[in-house]
Amino acid sequence: MLRRGCSFLVRSCERGVAVGARSFSADAPAVAAVDSTFVEAWKKIIPNLDPPKTLLSYMRPRPPTPSSIPSKLTVNLALPYSSVISSKEVDMVIIPATTGQMGVLPGHVATIAELKPGILSVHEGNDLTKYFVSGGFAFIHSNSHTDIVTIEAIPIDRIDSALVQKGLAEFTQKLNSASTDLEKAEAQIGVDVHSALNSALTS
Amino acid sequence: MSSSAAVPFWRAAGMTYITYSNICASLVRNCLKEPYKSEAIAREKVHYSISKWSDGKSEKPTIRSDVAED
Repeated sequence: MLRRGCSFLVRSCERGVAVGARSFSADAPAVAAVDSTFVEAWKKIIPNLDPPKTLLSYMRPRPPTPSSIPSKLTVNLALPYSSVISSKEVDMVIIPATTGQMGVLPGHVATIAELKPGILSVHEGNDLTKYFVSGGFAFIHSNSHTDIVTIEAIPIDRIDSALVQKGLAEFTQKLNSASTDLEKAEAQIGVDVHSALNSALTS
Repeated sequence: MSSSAAVPFWRAAGMTYITYSNICASLVRNCLKEPYKSEAIAREKVHYSISKWSDGKSEKPTIRSDVAED
């Protein structure tokens, strides 16, 4: 019985490889809006009452990956206390990833990017909206939806340049006088964030 | 298999990502212009009471608060 089990496994592996390695794809399968097994089980026991709505039916289904590259990118920018951009159709976003400024266009490959403090720009036709984000993550899905999550995202005109210069000087001084690893790390973070704020003001 | 991934400097100094992220956010908040800055600071104030439990009994709770005691 176990020997047959092994041969089943080998055969299904070969079949998977032979089909051209399509069995692993980055797409999650679309989730049905109604849990059919629950509904059927309910109807068998209580045929007269309507089955109650489960949480699954309240969820919007994941938008499917279109077969051709869509013309617009749908972007969501979420903070813990506010949803700054919610399902907005734009042409391009430039995100400040730790590996550098990354441009996201419709049809971008699915990516998870960690963000560093920097400028997030949203390009829509001729409109350009810039936010300074304090870090976070950007999830780019294969269906051209992009979710950006961060703790703070502020429009550039709300940055006070005097406070930025003061903070930069203060943390540079702390970095020079820091002794323990933790103090050095905190001072380094301060210097990084304030330099990013400074270049956001001058860009 | 040894994990030789380059660690960020804050991780090497013993800080977790949450701590790093919160420090970055509070630094950014401190650089806001005036009406927005006071709204942001007010929004992030916390007030809670925390107590350790041992042997099924709770010890004296301590109150951690950014709001002044009245």
